[in-house]
Amino acid sequence: MTEQAGEPAESATGGQWPLWEVFVRSRRGLSHSHAGSLHAPDAQMALRNARDLYTRRAEGVSIWVVPSAAVTASSPDEKDPFFEPAGDKAYRHPTFYEIPEGVKHL
Amino acid sequence: MTTTAEPGAAPAQAGPDQDALDALLAEFDAAVAADSRIEPRDWMPDAYRATLVRQMAQHAHSEIIGMQPEANWITRAPSLRRKAILMAKVQDEAGHGLYLYSATETLGVSRDDLLDKLHAGRQRYSSIFNYPTLTWADVGAIGWLVDGAAITNQVPLCRCSYGPYARAMVRICKEESFHQRQGYELLLALSRGTAAQHAMAQDAVNRWWWPSLMMFGPPDDASAHSAQSMAWKIKRHSNDELRQRFVDICVPQAEVLGLTLPDPDLRWNEERGAHDYGVIDWSEFQEVLRGNGPCNEQRLERRRTAHDNGTWVRDAAAAYAAKHRKAQA
Amino acid sequence: MTATEQTTTGPGTSERTASGHAPAAAGAATAGTSPAAGAAELSGAARAAARALGDDALVLAQRLGEWAGDAPVLEEDVALTNIALDLLGQARTLLSMTGDEDELAYLREEHEFHNVQLVEQPNGDFAVTIARQLYFSVYQELLYAALAARGGELAPLAAKAVKEVAYHRDHAEQWTLRLGDGTEESHRRMQQALDGLWRHTGELFAPLDGLGVDLPALHEEWRERVAAVVERATLTLPQGPDRTPWAAGAGRQGVHTESFGRLLAEMQYLHRAHPGASW
Repeated sequence: MTEQAGEPAESATGGQWPLWEVFVRSRRGLSHSHAGSLHAPDAQMALRNARDLYTRRAEGVSIWVVPSAAVTASSPDEKDPFFEPAGDKAYRHPTFYEIPEGVKHL
Repeated sequence: MTTTAEPGAAPAQAGPDQDALDALLAEFDAAVAADSRIEPRDWMPDAYRATLVRQMAQHAHSEIIGMQPEANWITRAPSLRRKAILMAKVQDEAGHGLYLYSATETLGVSRDDLLDKLHAGRQRYSSIFNYPTLTWADVGAIGWLVDGAAITNQVPLCRCSYGPYARAMVRICKEESFHQRQGYELLLALSRGTAAQHAMAQDAVNRWWWPSLMMFGPPDDASAHSAQSMAWKIKRHSNDELRQRFVDICVPQAEVLGLTLPDPDLRWNEERGAHDYGVIDWSEFQEVLRGNGPCNEQRLERRRTAHDNGTWVRDAAAAYAAKHRKAQA
Repeated sequence: MTATEQTTTGPGTSERTASGHAPAAAGAATAGTSPAAGAAELSGAARAAARALGDDALVLAQRLGEWAGDAPVLEEDVALTNIALDLLGQARTLLSMTGDEDELAYLREEHEFHNVQLVEQPNGDFAVTIARQLYFSVYQELLYAALAARGGELAPLAAKAVKEVAYHRDHAEQWTLRLGDGTEESHRRMQQALDGLWRHTGELFAPLDGLGVDLPALHEEWRERVAAVVERATLTLPQGPDRTPWAAGAGRQGVHTESFGRLLAEMQYLHRAHPGASW
């Protein structure tokens, strides 16, 4: 699943517009999050279409658009070897450690 | 980050032997049973994928064909306030169509394919949009009854087992509630207006009531896809359950409106704790489904024409993008 | 990821509320509040000028509304409606400053409307719509910027509207570039559209009493801006006369083109069929 980043794999030919993923920052201080996708012939139009579609109820202050084909995904089925090994490392989490009662600011 | 599969990127399903397939199926069933969500790159049974594509495509098509009967009144809306509301509503429907096409594309089909199938009459849209909007009151009746029925159908879909569909529905349901309320308010203004306005509202409700009930689909014992869809949690309630819920919601709303629902058999059943209602004319439903409704041809023709008229525009933008990408490289 | 990272260009959506396009989920509610609440009612020449601008916005919104469902691609349906809603919002504010918005929209006859003829021109194909948008949005942007800078009763409206219109202009520019520099067919159609509407552009810069903006002085700037886009799009700025030679007048004097009567007939019939009714 390693697509070539950059140029959309399906180029805009024959009237077929490529797919873009849209990320919206809903307000300052928050990160952009995935809102959905849309079709557009190029990045400029994708940005404008995203503005009209995904922020028409004032849902955003900033938008990113990314060609869907440029997204490299972790693994086809999104499980097992990639993520399971992290599951048994409870010592990465603060709740793993026992601290005597009364100790503050820790 | 959950990535959306691009068209065609769905994992290949050929190859695994029977044991591996059984294991995948067991895993899929367990995920559905545990109310987890199925995501685009997960393995899924072919029939599940096909059911989703059929249902989501039909849903998306319904949104865009559904623009027509209401857009029919944008230029004639009787006040500027109503004109703004109606424009925003029809625009939302285009938006909902877009959300749904995008969600369907995560299953490895492209919007162009789906549109081709719609235009060729090989995929359906909701039959309700094959009825005409003859008066301004029809805009209200569509908002109140048709959108009301749609919401009743759609709210459970927010918990549908397929992630992208469920997420699209969350967004859509949030926006739909404005649609239903504006329709109700529109009818209320007519009902409390002049005698002619009241009559217009009653006439619209008379024409839209039964088709709205048909929107929930055939009775449970005659529904082709229901049982499997329920098991897969694509569907959460049966057609008849949702229809009953809708009737029970509408009766008191109609009273406040001062309008009657055109069903002499409609009455409260103390024992069931629900309203009994008359027999639905399923032959009309089947006829409309078969393409013989009042507007089937007109709706599809309009859609095809719009698409064809847009070809040179889409081509131009694609050509421009290709030229300028080359220039940059 | 090599994302096309850009912040939104044009106006922030949070600034778009007062034109009748609603924030959050309050579409119906916001469309319901009187758009001119708190705005001063105008009198005399200023009133006539504001009404003429309101007519421009109303008539163009009505034309754009005709596109609903028929745009070349779904994304464009959404975009055109956004523009129409902005314009309708401007129209409602402006008309409400000079009287009752619905009486003005629905009960006047053709000659009582003082919109420029450009905005009433039929939609034609997508190129005609885009050419009309380009000519008009560049004009509107200059006009509202001048009005906002000048102060006075119309300044608050103009300050808000200029941001909306900047986006309309951007939309028209983007499409002009793509149609002009797209395919042979799109180039031909776009050039035809620019040429066909050119004779309605001069009227935009006729003096408008009571406005307090020197419209003729904006003409050159308008021509330069339009020319810049047209040239980038590999098109040619039309050379013919930019107004009709007919002495009877033009839109600002209440003289309109034939299709305008039909536009009004459609827009007004229902309202007129139920005198005194409320909706």
